[in-house]
Amino acid sequence: MRHTISVLVENKFGVLARIATLFAARGFNIDSLAVGETEDPAISRMTIMVKGDESVLEQVTKQLNKLVDVIKVNDFSDIDYVERGLALVKINVTKSNRAEIMQMVGIFRTRIIDVSQDSMIIEVTGDEEKIEAFIKMVMPYGIKEVCRTGEVALARGGGRQ
Amino acid sequence: MEKTGAQILIESLLKENVEVVFGLPGGQALPIFDAIYGSGLNFILVRHEQSAAHMADGYARSTGNTGVCIATSGPGATNLVTGLATAYMDSVPMVAFTGQVSTAVIGQDAFQEADITGITRPITKHNFLVKDVKELAKTIKEAFYIASTGRPGPVLVDIPIDVQRGKCEFIYPEKVEIRSYKPTYSGHAGQIKKASEIINRSERPVLYIGAGVVVSRAEKEVLEISVKAEIPVTNTLLAIGAYPTDAELALGMLGMHGTYCANKAIQAADVIIAVGARFDDRCTGKVCDFAGKAKIIHIDIDPASISKVVDIDIPVVGDAKIILKDMSKQIEKKERKKWLKQINAWKEEHPLSYEKNDNKLHPQYVIEKISELTKGEAVIATEVGQHQMWAAQYYKAKNSKLFLSSGGLGTMGYGYPAGIGAKFGNPDKEVIVIAGDGSFQMNMQEMSVAILNEVDVKVVILNNHYLGNVRQWQEMFYGKRYSHTCLSKRKDCPPLCNTPNRDRCPVYIPDFVKWAESYGALGMRVTEKKEIESALKKMLETKNSVVLDTWVEIEENIFPMVPAGASLDDIITRING
Repeated sequence: MRHTISVLVENKFGVLARIATLFAARGFNIDSLAVGETEDPAISRMTIMVKGDESVLEQVTKQLNKLVDVIKVNDFSDIDYVERGLALVKINVTKSNRAEIMQMVGIFRTRIIDVSQDSMIIEVTGDEEKIEAFIKMVMPYGIKEVCRTGEVALARGGGRQ
Repeated sequence: MEKTGAQILIESLLKENVEVVFGLPGGQALPIFDAIYGSGLNFILVRHEQSAAHMADGYARSTGNTGVCIATSGPGATNLVTGLATAYMDSVPMVAFTGQVSTAVIGQDAFQEADITGITRPITKHNFLVKDVKELAKTIKEAFYIASTGRPGPVLVDIPIDVQRGKCEFIYPEKVEIRSYKPTYSGHAGQIKKASEIINRSERPVLYIGAGVVVSRAEKEVLEISVKAEIPVTNTLLAIGAYPTDAELALGMLGMHGTYCANKAIQAADVIIAVGARFDDRCTGKVCDFAGKAKIIHIDIDPASISKVVDIDIPVVGDAKIILKDMSKQIEKKERKKWLKQINAWKEEHPLSYEKNDNKLHPQYVIEKISELTKGEAVIATEVGQHQMWAAQYYKAKNSKLFLSSGGLGTMGYGYPAGIGAKFGNPDKEVIVIAGDGSFQMNMQEMSVAILNEVDVKVVILNNHYLGNVRQWQEMFYGKRYSHTCLSKRKDCPPLCNTPNRDRCPVYIPDFVKWAESYGALGMRVTEKKEIESALKKMLETKNSVVLDTWVEIEENIFPMVPAGASLDDIITRING
């Protein structure tokens, strides 16, 4: 099962390496990772998406908590949360299909951010499923390049996680 | 007044009341060593940095204080790695300082540069690279705090040479506040209640105690609960001496080379109360068969230890001493005649034993004699191998700070430097290193340190001319193919040999007696059983370093034994038996 793990850490050098080492040492591939400052510049939030066996992930969560630079760990799997990622998708465009693609952009509520004679860059934001779905839809036109961020996530409601 | 980073380091160590520091200088640590010169810090110059870490470790385990070592950058720092990993596996409080190349050239492959914080990340509790001299005092304070609190462990502080030279006002912080590091000490009341109820209802409980009992000094509480509710106690290698060895409720060590009764009791128990033990595979045997009939209560200060190996029914996170104190109020006095009768039957069925009725020099006999002559009051440091297990089985340590051994990592070369470190912390106690002839050769160069500093550490080598533990496995599980375990094999020996014979085999080197004498120590050799007692007495009377080379039975094996990966039920009490 896929887990979205949110880790609040001290915003210091070397912390990302400590966290990455923990996953690597157990043979876990991190599916996606997003790191950035929080409302407190001394604290960063890492949003890590990872697939794995429950018991092993429970261990990883405990080990994360054990790291001295880690302030808080939340596995979002059991709580209601929102997630967003961003993808830039460069696709092949011809005169004949340009209108069709623009229609797709409308349906998915994405944005065109660059246009040339034979290509277009589209910005897609949304949860992982939406981004996957959009990429799948434009696949037949020919994708030149895709660049994606890691997903970021926050728990719903007024509480702080 | 402004001070240099190097001065700040030394003054911080003095403020931490550090009694002794082990290490070796080098180019990128020169300002530190300049600051040590004339500072009053008790610095001990080692011959290899690995030993500096082991000495700090032995000092820490035998005193309960934090051990300290210093090395230079690059190779000095990488030489500490084995010692740090050893201390990390066994939760030993230690702070290691390393010199580092100047911040201006870090990452440029400068001379003697190694990314030591990167290298030691998985084998330290935490580490720091100090990039600003203003951070140094605070970092040192945090390092000592992290190393010695919660589940203890080694912390490394890497200090670039320009930070050692840099200057700032020196203020040593009074207190430490790390928002992301707050160990839990008192246990959850609800969990303690649940655990106590289960213990009160149980018929065949077993206490399984580990290093956590020693760290939290909970020996008294364990004893109290075990006596009150008549709960037999088994200990891990690192908790030897934490429970009175000869008590009726003492089962001895469990696991691979544990006693028959300890392993039987675990397998028959209806409740296991694990205290500060981490279910190491050397203890559990085949995990899915471990204590199959039991509910398992686990008291540990490290939440990550809970359900790491074995699924735990009732976890209680916190300090063992505090939790056991709370628990003891709720545990009812109880008699368990039937259970104890069963335990005693197992004890009688297969006590620890070896052949006592011949004239051969069995290694177990040597340990028994050491135990007898020292009354279990000496500090014992072991190397790693067969001798270590015999020491664990036959040395009756009077308390838990008297048996130092690399349990988790199984580091050959640990014992001798650890013993020297222990002697610095316990100048009035007898320190005896029980070594194998293989392990001892890994760090025996430290005899210079013992002689020059007049710390008389006694070394008893159980010399079987082999890397004996591996040889035993080759004998039992690899068809007696003694591949590269014979330490006397010469170029002209037959390529295949599994018939060792002292009369026919090449002469053993080194001659440990002459070797010891070359340092100014007393060297002795014993090849006969009848000579052992007088040799040991002479050793104990000598106020100098002693090496006693005992030529024990070559192919003696350690029993009982649970083969790797087998269930504790499949304990072998002797070959073909």
